[in-house]
Amino acid sequence: MKCVEKSAKTVDEAVEIALRELNLNKDQVEIEILEEPTKGLFGLLGGKPAKVKVIKKENPSLRAKELLENIMRAMNLKVEINAEENDEKIKFNINGPDLGILIGRRGETLDALQYLVNLSANKNFEKRKRILLDIENYRKRREETLRKLAYRLADKAKQRGRNVVLEPMNSMERRIIHTALQDRADIYTFSEGDEPYRKIIISPKK
Amino acid sequence: MKELVELLAKALVDHPEMVTVDLIEKEKSCVIELRVAPDDMGKVIGKQGRIAKAIRTVVKAAATKERKKVTVEII
Repeated sequence: MKCVEKSAKTVDEAVEIALRELNLNKDQVEIEILEEPTKGLFGLLGGKPAKVKVIKKENPSLRAKELLENIMRAMNLKVEINAEENDEKIKFNINGPDLGILIGRRGETLDALQYLVNLSANKNFEKRKRILLDIENYRKRREETLRKLAYRLADKAKQRGRNVVLEPMNSMERRIIHTALQDRADIYTFSEGDEPYRKIIISPKK
Repeated sequence: MKELVELLAKALVDHPEMVTVDLIEKEKSCVIELRVAPDDMGKVIGKQGRIAKAIRTVVKAAATKERKKVTVEII
């Protein structure tokens, strides 16, 4: 854990010196006051400086954010990162120009990045937090596409009276399709194969 | 790109000080060699190479931007 101890005339001053040294802002740290300053006689004799301990706050969300920012910097990408957080998950929306490469084919790069950030941010923490990444609303658009695809292929399965096999997808994408079709009475869906090649099959009901 | 590999590796391992990354440039491609502490190997490879694959995917994306072919080798 990163922490420093600093002394100065006032508590605020000491904190500021510490923050400058850690290169952090006030939201990223916890501050412990070790000694309040005391004024000496006539403000001169026996005055004691304030002493504070400034500790860098550590939790999965902060770590994830820091790592993301560092990755974007290492890739020379100018982005804006917004976070939405609740108890069990934190979602980062990344926006900026030319982020197509960061999404990759079928979101491959985005998924890889999300996986790595999850691993790193939750490392050595008992209470895990799920980290979701989205770039330029890609996930939302993809969900829409998948839902449309599901409806279309369900109709096809029904018309032809045969199974329709979809291409391999990850669990999140499969879930979207299963959910989209769960209310249909004329077909049913199931998955087959092993990760990462597991795929959905849409089958007509007899 | 070298910094990116280093950043990712250090974020995943228990002994970041043992991470070394070397860049070997060839005419059209380059090889990035990643070395970590022996007991951190699993942390950068993962079950069925899942972590290694994710690292390579992200690095490949960064390389496309610079129009280069990159391979990441874990040694």
